[in-house]
Amino acid sequence: MHRGKGMKFVGDSRIKANHRMPNVPKDYSEYPGKTEAFWPNFLLKEWMVGAVFLIGYLLLTVAHPSPLEGQADPTNTAYIPLPDWYFLFVYQLLKYTYASGPYNVIGAIVMPGIAFMALLLMPFLDTTPERRPSKRPLPTAFMLLTLASMFYLTWESVVNHDWEASKKQGEIKEEVEVVIDESLPGFAIWNGDTGEQAKSCIACHAADLKGGPAAPALAGNQLTAEEVEDIIHNGRGAMPAGQFAGTDEEAKQLAEFIASLKPAE
Amino acid sequence: MLNKIYDWVDERLDITPIWRDIADHEVPEHVNPAHHFSAFVYCFGGLTFFITVIQILSGMFLTMYYVPDIENAWKSVYYLQNEVAFGEIVRGMHHWGASLVIVMMFLHTLRVFFTGSYKKPRELNWMVGVGIFGVMIGLGFTGYLLPWDMKALFATKVGIEIAASVPFIGQMIKVLLAGDATIIGAQTLTRFFAIHVFFLPAVLFGLLAAHFIMIRRQGISGPL
Repeated sequence: MHRGKGMKFVGDSRIKANHRMPNVPKDYSEYPGKTEAFWPNFLLKEWMVGAVFLIGYLLLTVAHPSPLEGQADPTNTAYIPLPDWYFLFVYQLLKYTYASGPYNVIGAIVMPGIAFMALLLMPFLDTTPERRPSKRPLPTAFMLLTLASMFYLTWESVVNHDWEASKKQGEIKEEVEVVIDESLPGFAIWNGDTGEQAKSCIACHAADLKGGPAAPALAGNQLTAEEVEDIIHNGRGAMPAGQFAGTDEEAKQLAEFIASLKPAE
Repeated sequence: MLNKIYDWVDERLDITPIWRDIADHEVPEHVNPAHHFSAFVYCFGGLTFFITVIQILSGMFLTMYYVPDIENAWKSVYYLQNEVAFGEIVRGMHHWGASLVIVMMFLHTLRVFFTGSYKKPRELNWMVGVGIFGVMIGLGFTGYLLPWDMKALFATKVGIEIAASVPFIGQMIKVLLAGDATIIGAQTLTRFFAIHVFFLPAVLFGLLAAHFIMIRRQGISGPL
């Protein structure tokens, strides 16, 4: 058939049809066995594989919502960083003596660089016409060795990481709105206006009542005044007993103030 | 009706040869899992492309909500995740797709390696493929910062320090990526956004086109 169904183009600068590469499907007679037309037979099968894959993919998405940690805070100096999982082997490599510190360039640049360049230039390193892995033992051995080391380094990185601490340090801190009733006598005690107290509470629980690395937030707590009073005297968790230096009456007033810090409706 | 439209366009643009170049070829038996189940290893390349398409589509929808700014980036992702209808699904697909594409590309690379398919005459296509691998790693690295949460910021700090340890040009790479010699902040976020959404995808499309044109020209490698 003529190109463009025989239509003549004005000032036709296109390459003439007879100079064009023949549009004949490749000859696959060198391949033994049954070939199949790509369109539409094989493409339909590919779509079915794709559909099954997509179902698994969507199940993963629904079963495991993507993680989101708290908003980035550059002032946090205690955070232990962790890259995405496919960088873990490099992350682990950089922990070893001769790949870190003064030798950092070896672990960070030289070794990954050699590996990447070897991969890129593979066709020129392995120039034999043999294709079977067993007929080219050196390339096969190097690749298996690389795979084994990547797997081992990733494994080491995973088992040596403190996942509990990792989860905790990234948690989103809820900002709770509380109404602070400054007319309560306990507020004056908290503030240090009356009595002996204040400084030691604020040291851990913070002046804005939002807590800190060593203690939970008091704003938005779910405790009753009696429970708070008990904790003031006897401690709880990491908080030691007997921290309160004032009178029992002051402790009671302080407990009432702290118990009043409920989340606003 | 469709035939008439096709004929109308074909009469003017001669599109039949283009169509033939894309779709009119035979699939040999040794790569067809319908004949040999073990030939499923030849699916990994196609699945990599499939996930790449999903990444492009889900990424386009994510940018309808995402704000590349240190004040609002995290908040926009939080809003997308918790308030927007199906936002969790769209972000979830992009998040998991980023991992799956690495897995599939890795398996595809291993298939090509162990079948020796990178040998003459397919050296160039192998090198383009390794280039695609590098671009994908870059997309993963730049995309990790964008939610602007704790792990994103601190992983990027480490990553940029590694880039800075390159001999001679390390500091230049660092300033190029971070936008500043010392601060990982607002400028870094906008740069990573631009690299993730414009620069690397542009390179990726070029390399993918080259990859596919070369496959069509050379055909798939024969059985072992």
